[in-house]
Amino acid sequence: MGMTITEKILASHSGMERVSPGDLINAKIDIAMGHDLSTPEAIDTFERMGIDQVFDREKIVLVPDHFTPSKDIKSAESCKRMREFAKRHRITHYYEVGEMGIAHALLPEKGIVLPGDVVVGGDSHTCTYGALGAFATGVGSSDLAAAILTGELWFKVPESMKFVYHGKLQKWVDGKDLILYTIGDIGVDGALYRAMEFTGEVIERLPMSGRLTMANMAIEAGAKNGIFQPDEVTEAYLRGRAVRPYRRFESDTDALYAEVREYDVSQIEPQVAFPHLPSNTKPISQVENISIDQAVIGSCTNGRIEDLRVAAQVLRENKVAPYVRLIIIPATQEVYRQAMQEGLFEIFLDAKAVISTPTCGPCVGGHMGVLAKGERAISTTNRNFVGRMGHPESEVYLSNPAVAAASAVKGRIAGPEEVARS
Amino acid sequence: MILRGRVWKFGDDVDTDVIIPVRYCGGTDPREFGKHCMEGIDPEFHKKVKPGDIIVASKNFGCGSSREPAPIAIKMTGISCVIARTFARIFYRNAFNVGLPILECADAPDYIKEGHEIEVNLDTGEIRDLFLGRSFQAKPIPPFMQELVRDGGLMNHLAKKLRKQGDQASEKVSGG
Repeated sequence: MGMTITEKILASHSGMERVSPGDLINAKIDIAMGHDLSTPEAIDTFERMGIDQVFDREKIVLVPDHFTPSKDIKSAESCKRMREFAKRHRITHYYEVGEMGIAHALLPEKGIVLPGDVVVGGDSHTCTYGALGAFATGVGSSDLAAAILTGELWFKVPESMKFVYHGKLQKWVDGKDLILYTIGDIGVDGALYRAMEFTGEVIERLPMSGRLTMANMAIEAGAKNGIFQPDEVTEAYLRGRAVRPYRRFESDTDALYAEVREYDVSQIEPQVAFPHLPSNTKPISQVENISIDQAVIGSCTNGRIEDLRVAAQVLRENKVAPYVRLIIIPATQEVYRQAMQEGLFEIFLDAKAVISTPTCGPCVGGHMGVLAKGERAISTTNRNFVGRMGHPESEVYLSNPAVAAASAVKGRIAGPEEVARS
Repeated sequence: MILRGRVWKFGDDVDTDVIIPVRYCGGTDPREFGKHCMEGIDPEFHKKVKPGDIIVASKNFGCGSSREPAPIAIKMTGISCVIARTFARIFYRNAFNVGLPILECADAPDYIKEGHEIEVNLDTGEIRDLFLGRSFQAKPIPPFMQELVRDGGLMNHLAKKLRKQGDQASEKVSGG
């Protein structure tokens, strides 16, 4: 019996010939990531135990991305504790405001997370790195502290679930729509405790940005990790970025899957997830007149340069509707610079959008676009739970960047065909 | 270990933004977390809970974020245990790591109602509804997780392990 890519990576990191779903293993960690919300809690744990050491300063990545630039005194104190920890332990990969980005966009961009790695992060969207063919999963602060201290963590080997995408994508449909459609199909616990392995001819042609978006939302189906087989697209993306050698794994043809799902993507339209679950999806053609107060384009899900280009394509020669706010957040400083150099900022400013420094901000109801009672937003982010973006009586609809941009122009949820001039 | 308490019922997919919104997670004072527990469903929840009470929920409890304040917030309200059909995986780990016992049980959530008095045996996984006079069998807590609970959470477990390694190392040194 063969093994899946997830099983092979976990076996290789736990000194085993082979592992099977359900096995409890202790795996070596290649990268442990923490941000300004999860790291201070992990530091607290260290202090309570009277420990002040890290297993390997090269393998710990600390990124203040959630409430930064610090939004209030409390967040400033959290960032300060994390900064002092990074200084004290001479953490190689600490990214201060000015060179930071949203961690899940920044780590792939800098070539820090690589194929074949085992990565844990104090953030549920750590599963994003599976796009590169790594085993990556989110953990809480105690697990993060344990990983930072020992460089190891226990895991239960997950069953794998295979998703096969056939056909040809329609215009304006991208990775976000594929993953929303998939979550709409299987539900928010449809892949609970499992690995989601994304395959098929559509995936082979999907650019890295779309793969990152899909892997990012594996957690929204309850998955432990999402994963893609590394291929030429992966190699091209990593050229000039990878900071160390890496190892490509692939699933055996006789690997065992708990379930296989196949989709014909030709019929998939841009998707909108209605409040209050990412699985409440509808194709854009079935969305009736839903007015919005705010649109957000950004986040670890959709804040990459490809996402901003699509938004600009829709916004060109258009204006945001009266009384509507459009907030655009490039995910990293590099994306920011690139968007500026490509002239996208001109288009955004002409359209009356605001452009923010990289931050997770509004996605978690933190800052830079928190919703008031009764307000409604469309957002390219990943969650639309009750109160996610602000007041418990506000609403979040999830979509791809083209739909979010078109909706900002119309003042109601709209497809890009309605407004795009090119 | 046997717990006894009154039940608070919740439905499917109770997410971490409901358990504790991220805007309250910035500080690290656990008592503050408790005051906002379940705010998205019932802002008065923390005032109504009595120490020892038990949450019984349906599927996918704790889905969403990896924030550890979620199980801590529940613990801080005085809730002694959470029973659900299934748990989201990060919440599952976090709960044991912070010392909040949780049990997966397929059928208990169908029968146990809010306000019922129940008894939970953490060693065997038996749940007794004293109002109904009926028992349910939860999946027993895996031995490794029981070890975590016994040691008082992940970090204490690790500390114990590290001390043991240290002792062994010094024994070797002194022995030869």
